[in-house]
Amino acid sequence: MRSTVEGAHAMNALAHISSQQLFTQLLIGLINGAFYALLSLGLAVIFGMLNIVNFAHGAFYMVGAFVAYFLLHWAGLGYWWALILSPIIVGAFGALVERTLIRFIAGLDVLYGLLLTFGLALIIQGLFQAEFGSSGLPYPGPPALNGLVDLGFMYLPIYRGWVVAFSAVVCLGTWLIIERTRLGAYLRAATENPTLVRAFGVDVPRMITLTYAFGVALAALAGVLAAPIYQVRPAMGADIIAVVFAVVVVGGMGSILGSILTGFVLGLLEGLTKVFYPEASNIVVFVIMAIVLLIRPTGLFGRAT
Amino acid sequence: MSAAPSAPSLVAPKSDVAAIVAFVLLVAALVAAPFLAYPYFVMDALCFALFACAFNLLIGYVGLLSFGHAMFFGMGAYCCAHAAKVLGLPAEISILIGVAVGAALGLVAGALAIRSQGIYFAMITVALSQLVSFFCVQAPFTHGEDGIQSVPQASLLPFVDLTQTAPLYVFTCAIFLVGFFAVYRTVNSPFGEILKAIRENEMRAVSLGYRVTQYKLAAFVMSTALAGLAGATKVIVEKNASLSDVSFSLSGEVILMSLIGGLGTLYGPVVGAVVVVAMQNYLAQYGQWVTVIQGLVFVACVLLFRRGVVGEIARLGRWSL
Repeated sequence: MRSTVEGAHAMNALAHISSQQLFTQLLIGLINGAFYALLSLGLAVIFGMLNIVNFAHGAFYMVGAFVAYFLLHWAGLGYWWALILSPIIVGAFGALVERTLIRFIAGLDVLYGLLLTFGLALIIQGLFQAEFGSSGLPYPGPPALNGLVDLGFMYLPIYRGWVVAFSAVVCLGTWLIIERTRLGAYLRAATENPTLVRAFGVDVPRMITLTYAFGVALAALAGVLAAPIYQVRPAMGADIIAVVFAVVVVGGMGSILGSILTGFVLGLLEGLTKVFYPEASNIVVFVIMAIVLLIRPTGLFGRAT
Repeated sequence: MSAAPSAPSLVAPKSDVAAIVAFVLLVAALVAAPFLAYPYFVMDALCFALFACAFNLLIGYVGLLSFGHAMFFGMGAYCCAHAAKVLGLPAEISILIGVAVGAALGLVAGALAIRSQGIYFAMITVALSQLVSFFCVQAPFTHGEDGIQSVPQASLLPFVDLTQTAPLYVFTCAIFLVGFFAVYRTVNSPFGEILKAIRENEMRAVSLGYRVTQYKLAAFVMSTALAGLAGATKVIVEKNASLSDVSFSLSGEVILMSLIGGLGTLYGPVVGAVVVVAMQNYLAQYGQWVTVIQGLVFVACVLLFRRGVVGEIARLGRWSL
């Protein structure tokens, strides 16, 4: 009975929704999916190497956006510079964090990693909130990507198309590096057996630092990409981290490609929900997570531990 | 300690003495506290102490890190407030409803999460608590940002007037002690021994023939029921339920309480709750810096002070606290 009512509601909604509206929401979903993919990819890479879940990931995403903002207002460097410099700066900060804090809990129960990085997230977010309050700061996108392009079925804001395309390229590039290069082979080997890889003369501690820095840099990159679309806000990381965790649970952390795919697909589904049942758009990812857990407790691409 | 027959007999008497001394100290503190501090502050701290004890039952004795425990506290609070204010039920019944809601939600969340281990369990609880928190923002009965205000404090018992400070204090203490005793009995029962065995080596517990998942789920539901009790009691003390009761930051704070006091100690969460609630009260004027300080304490505890206050005392004295 209820489903027919909802079905009728959906049909009704369908009739009223223009294709422009539908595709706009789908695009927004895809953009969010790109951020989910970049963030869960970074989490997966870090987890694979360090065996910790980086709770500070959302905070680094936020810092990435803020560094872009600082670069513009303090150094006069625009979007394209920020896209390169912000991940490097935040990544360097991440390396520092790994060397000074995270290193000391290696070998302890994995839960301590979660607690430590959670504390870190509180510190970073609290500092930015104390300084900037909770309102958003506007950040201009690159002028070259302003404007719309007519695709026939919809008008595509060029910047948004760029975010999706660029994120997809970065994700696939990361996957290629890890799965298809010598460096990636070292990385995977060190994940499996760090002692043995060390015996072969590979500097594993440095690799761990760089891996953490790289994962954090991916989060910062997502932050820069997000800055012109959403405003730069201290809470932007805290808002996204729970969704990213759900994405990771759905995808399972065993697979790089799996986490990328899951990120994009869940973003898209979230966008679809926004069109047909907006009240549920906040929670749809969590509901999907619950369903996946019932069917496959290890996630879609996960391996049993 | 009669329920721990497997404990080495040489250690047991000393632990017994320590346990009795600690309990006497706790009761003495409960008696003295309202004369030394603002009674409503103490009652608040007791509610959060009970919440932290419930959380610690999982992390300390089963090894499950629930990173979204505020959902049980908050839903217990909301349902208790709704029952007392809209349905006009007395405080005791409303609190029981809060407990039932905590247990029911725990059963659902537990059934979803319990098969996953370690960090996955933690991440699932983060996501589920976010789901509950979004639900509470949108559901009409929670009244969104306003919350449920001026909840009546009507007691079932004829001569108990919960609007007065002294009876309310005794009432809160009684509930706290019941909850605390429930945790104490659970931890020191054969059931608790099996939980600890699961924490230490889950595979071995499975190979010994224990249905590990069911034991974990039972402990989880017990913890969430107590979290619901804590949230519901908070409503009767503070006369309101709000979004901060289901918020993610509360989930973080309850972890901090247990961590400061000592994970896996009986009295640690109580000490930690007093520290954290005091921190919030005295540092409230510094706004967002409270978050920064909490983060720093988190990092410091994980890096330097993993046993916590009570854990260190217990180690120095070789007591079981």
